[in-house]
Amino acid sequence: MNELLRRLLLLPPQASTIARDIDYLHYFVIITTMAGAAGVAALSLYYIVRYREGAGHGMNPPPDPRPYHAPGGVSLWLELSLIGGLLALFVTWWIIGFCQFIRIVEPPSDSMTIYVMGKQWMWSFAYPHGGGSVGVLYVPTGRPVKLLMTSRDVIHSFYAPDFRLKTDVVPGRTTQLWFEVKEPGRHPIYCAEMCGAGHSVMRAEVIALADADYERTIEGLAPLAIAGPVQGQAIPFEAEPQAPLSLAAMGQRVAAEAGCLRCHTVDGTPHIGPTWAGLYDAVIPLADGTQVRADDAYLTRSMMDPAAELHRGFLAVMPSYQGLLTAPQLGAIVEYIHALRDVHRDEGAAPLPVPVPGLVPLVTPLEGAAPGEPRAVTPGSAGGPP
Amino acid sequence: MSDQPPPPAGPRLGVQFQDTAKQAHAAHFGMWLFLASELLLFAGLFGLYTAYRTRYAAAFAEAVHHNELWIGATNVVILIVSSFTVAWAVHCLRKGRRRAVLWLLAITLVCGLGFLGFKSLEYGIHFRDGVFPGRYYAYQELPGHGAQVFFTLYYFMTGLHALHMIGGLAAIGWITARVARRKTTAAYPVPLELGALYWHLVDSIWIFLWPMFYLTTG
Amino acid sequence: MTSYLTETTGIKSWLLTKDHKRIALLFMVATAAALMLGGVFAMVIRFELIGPGPDLMAQLTYNRMFTHHGVVMVFLFMVPVIPTVFGNFFLPMMIGAPDVAFPRLNLASFYVYCAGAVIVLASLWFGGVDTGWTFYTPYSTTSPTSVAVAAFGVFVVGVSSILTGLNFIVTVHTLRARNLRWMMMPLFVWAIYATAIIQVIATPVLGMSLLLVALDHAWGLGIFDPSMGGDPVLFQHLFWFYSHPAVYIMIVPAMGVVSEVVCTFSHNRPSSYRAIAFSSLGIAFIGFVTWGHHMFVAGMSVVDVGIFGILSMIVAIFSAIKVFTWTITLKHGRIRFTTPMLYFFGFMFLFVFGGMTGVAVATSSLDVHWTDTYFVVAHFHFIMVGGTLTMYLAAIHYWFPKMFGRMYPERWGLIGAAGVILGFIFTFTPQFLLGNAGMPRRYATYPAEYQWLNVASTAGATILAMGLLVNLGYLIWALFKGPRAERNPWGSRSYEWLAPTPPPVHNFEAPLEITRGPYDYHLPEHE
Repeated sequence: MNELLRRLLLLPPQASTIARDIDYLHYFVIITTMAGAAGVAALSLYYIVRYREGAGHGMNPPPDPRPYHAPGGVSLWLELSLIGGLLALFVTWWIIGFCQFIRIVEPPSDSMTIYVMGKQWMWSFAYPHGGGSVGVLYVPTGRPVKLLMTSRDVIHSFYAPDFRLKTDVVPGRTTQLWFEVKEPGRHPIYCAEMCGAGHSVMRAEVIALADADYERTIEGLAPLAIAGPVQGQAIPFEAEPQAPLSLAAMGQRVAAEAGCLRCHTVDGTPHIGPTWAGLYDAVIPLADGTQVRADDAYLTRSMMDPAAELHRGFLAVMPSYQGLLTAPQLGAIVEYIHALRDVHRDEGAAPLPVPVPGLVPLVTPLEGAAPGEPRAVTPGSAGGPP
Repeated sequence: MSDQPPPPAGPRLGVQFQDTAKQAHAAHFGMWLFLASELLLFAGLFGLYTAYRTRYAAAFAEAVHHNELWIGATNVVILIVSSFTVAWAVHCLRKGRRRAVLWLLAITLVCGLGFLGFKSLEYGIHFRDGVFPGRYYAYQELPGHGAQVFFTLYYFMTGLHALHMIGGLAAIGWITARVARRKTTAAYPVPLELGALYWHLVDSIWIFLWPMFYLTTG
Repeated sequence: MTSYLTETTGIKSWLLTKDHKRIALLFMVATAAALMLGGVFAMVIRFELIGPGPDLMAQLTYNRMFTHHGVVMVFLFMVPVIPTVFGNFFLPMMIGAPDVAFPRLNLASFYVYCAGAVIVLASLWFGGVDTGWTFYTPYSTTSPTSVAVAAFGVFVVGVSSILTGLNFIVTVHTLRARNLRWMMMPLFVWAIYATAIIQVIATPVLGMSLLLVALDHAWGLGIFDPSMGGDPVLFQHLFWFYSHPAVYIMIVPAMGVVSEVVCTFSHNRPSSYRAIAFSSLGIAFIGFVTWGHHMFVAGMSVVDVGIFGILSMIVAIFSAIKVFTWTITLKHGRIRFTTPMLYFFGFMFLFVFGGMTGVAVATSSLDVHWTDTYFVVAHFHFIMVGGTLTMYLAAIHYWFPKMFGRMYPERWGLIGAAGVILGFIFTFTPQFLLGNAGMPRRYATYPAEYQWLNVASTAGATILAMGLLVNLGYLIWALFKGPRAERNPWGSRSYEWLAPTPPPVHNFEAPLEITRGPYDYHLPEHE
């Protein structure tokens, strides 16, 4: 039955674990819709024919003499039941659809993460074991896969019809999509948000492989080179790595060459920026008084817009890396920070009051800073820690 | 079919209205609807400001510091005075005191021009510091996206407000000429009433812009 | 006896008229031209999509074609047409008024529309626009096409819409004939009134959003640009805050036409006047809080998705109430099956199906698959063409005798209607299946397996175009050569039919005395 309806409605194969449930709701909704419209049209046609002018004696009784705004024509109970029934139907669809939507957007905790970057007009992918690919997304079967996606330029949309899934890919933020593919196979990916001349050809393919095949394929992938000139100044790299590095090792290289390590230490030593030692998933205080957990999303956002969620006690001197790092590079840095999560960090360590050449330090006594907490630098107080 | 008395002498009565009172009522109603649409124009911008303020709370608070509070406050006072004079002018016109009306409208116009003058002064100060909207933003003291968005919004919203102010001044000027030539009189003060309503809207919008851009330092 | 058509002559008397009926005809010509231009772009799209590759044009050109189609159709035709043509002509007459509240503002509204249309057309001619009619940032602010000019042109057209809406609201409040209470007005007036509220409240927000896009494109204002700290999704919120109520601006007047056509040709009162009148207001108000359903996959929170989803379904309940009421109105009527009734029958199927697919896409999990595909394209065309265009054509035929004093040829009317309805069904039903199969919208080239559906759709579009051309042909003929019409050929009880055919300059020979309701078919027509 499922297969018959699927083919009749021209739905693609149900390649993801959630596709079948979505299709069941689809059948319910669309069949009811067609039946409802046909019913209304049929009833109207029936009345039009039956009550046509000159249809014969008795068909056209004299028009109702009551004033026109008096209720009439049909029982109020019938009308209320029909409207009530329709509302109940809609609410049912809404409830089922919303429960499914929550399943669609919340990935299982054991999902494998793959980083996706959309740019005009291609998709590139970076894998946690290292390596990357362009235009082809390799995923294992039988495991949930989470895609963390961003765009380099304009809004795109990552659409996998066979999975029934789609999420917009937005510059300046990370969006996510998860799925679990049931069996090995190939599935098309389309861009579904108008993005320019190449919108219709911005395509990719998911290649789902069983475990052993998957491991073998991934091992053979080299890390991605920077794909072409970036907006603004690109960060040049000294040399291409010859052998595939783990993503974390790649992140260490990127962090060194992009200048991150000029302000961030990795061993817990206080410096201009927060140390990366023990940073991943820690709860950190922000300059506006709130707290946040330093997870993947926070770390990515901080590289895009550092001043938006500034770690309390530090100066807003970090530049944005929007457009300067590719998504695989961003992902690699996050992996590197992740790898440092168990390195000991000194909780009370204050930042060094080192003036950064070329930038004027802010005169900002931090509101709400309790005595003993790190204070910001004021001009004139050259030197030592508070 | 019906023997209606000829319409009373005085302001031109449109054929669609039964009497002058109805015409005046319709004119007022129309003006309030127009003000509602103007308010909606700014409402979207207030929404944008709120969304960005939530996102860049610290940067916005900091940037508000860097606006010239004395200019903002002076402009508020100027506008409130001008709203008072234009409202008083309506009252005087209804009483038929034409000379008073002309003086009061003149003061209103001067206040409006004064507002624009102070605004230009303020923009000049900002330009000197490198505070420009959008991609031309170059303010060294407040680098970062939050401040850039703040000042872009500041320029767009105060600029849009200034455009409305110029429109309001043109309307008040035209009405002043009509009063001077005795075309708008106590018999039908509606044009001045509507102009005053519009002026009050322009004033009210500034009363919201002022705290958003000058007072809320955190 | 002179009528509004013949009272004064010469081009100045038309171009500087303050008569709402002449202004309606000015709008009729302008919007018909927009419909034809939008239709040309549609045919270009459909012919390109016959083959899977870029057969007739480069991709950038194709992107311009669908954008121009959308911008012209939505802003220059669908949003203004029924209010500015039939609202202008008949709203004053239906309330017994000699004109609208602000006739000079009415004429100004026409010229502002023309100015906006000229600016939009200039942008289409010089460089075109390729962003889609939705102008999403940051593509719209970085596109190499004439986005700033087009966005500004739409802003100007929006001003015209606000002025029209304002005029109608004041007219209904202040110019009703003596004795004409709110609950005695024809239902078309309620529909235009509800639409006018949406026009005044929603349009300024669109104007402001497009102004921001225009300034960003021209001078780098950057309020939605992530590299300057902006959030592109905020643009979507602002844009859809107007553009969702805009679709109700497009359909509610058509529903007003349905009420008039059904009652007149069934020779029967509406089965519940209150239900239809108040559901128009219900649609207008609830329609303001449903915009997020365009953004289910754009990065909104799950809570927002839930709330917008249920509200979007609730607004459909008001439309269902109307459909139910219209169906029961047919019962025990005395039905004459004329061209407007054939359009009404088409509406009943196409609008109901289209509306229910709207509830379907409001179901959030299903929308993840359907959004940005041809399913959505089919859904909104079912409503806009199957709903609004059919009733626009019905309105032309229904009111043709009153407006021009002549009758259209009934047999040609039925042929034209059949062509439009059947052509429409063959054009857009395949597109639902294309969306199911996964074809995204705005695609210049597509995978070969989608070709047969695209070819079917193009064949249907050709039939639809021919149906429309047939309409154009015989209507122009009837304008000059049609048989003279009597004052009330349909026997309608609505008040506009009490005026002479065609009406004199101030609509009625004497001020209207209302002594009965507009649907009192149990009473003889005259008091």
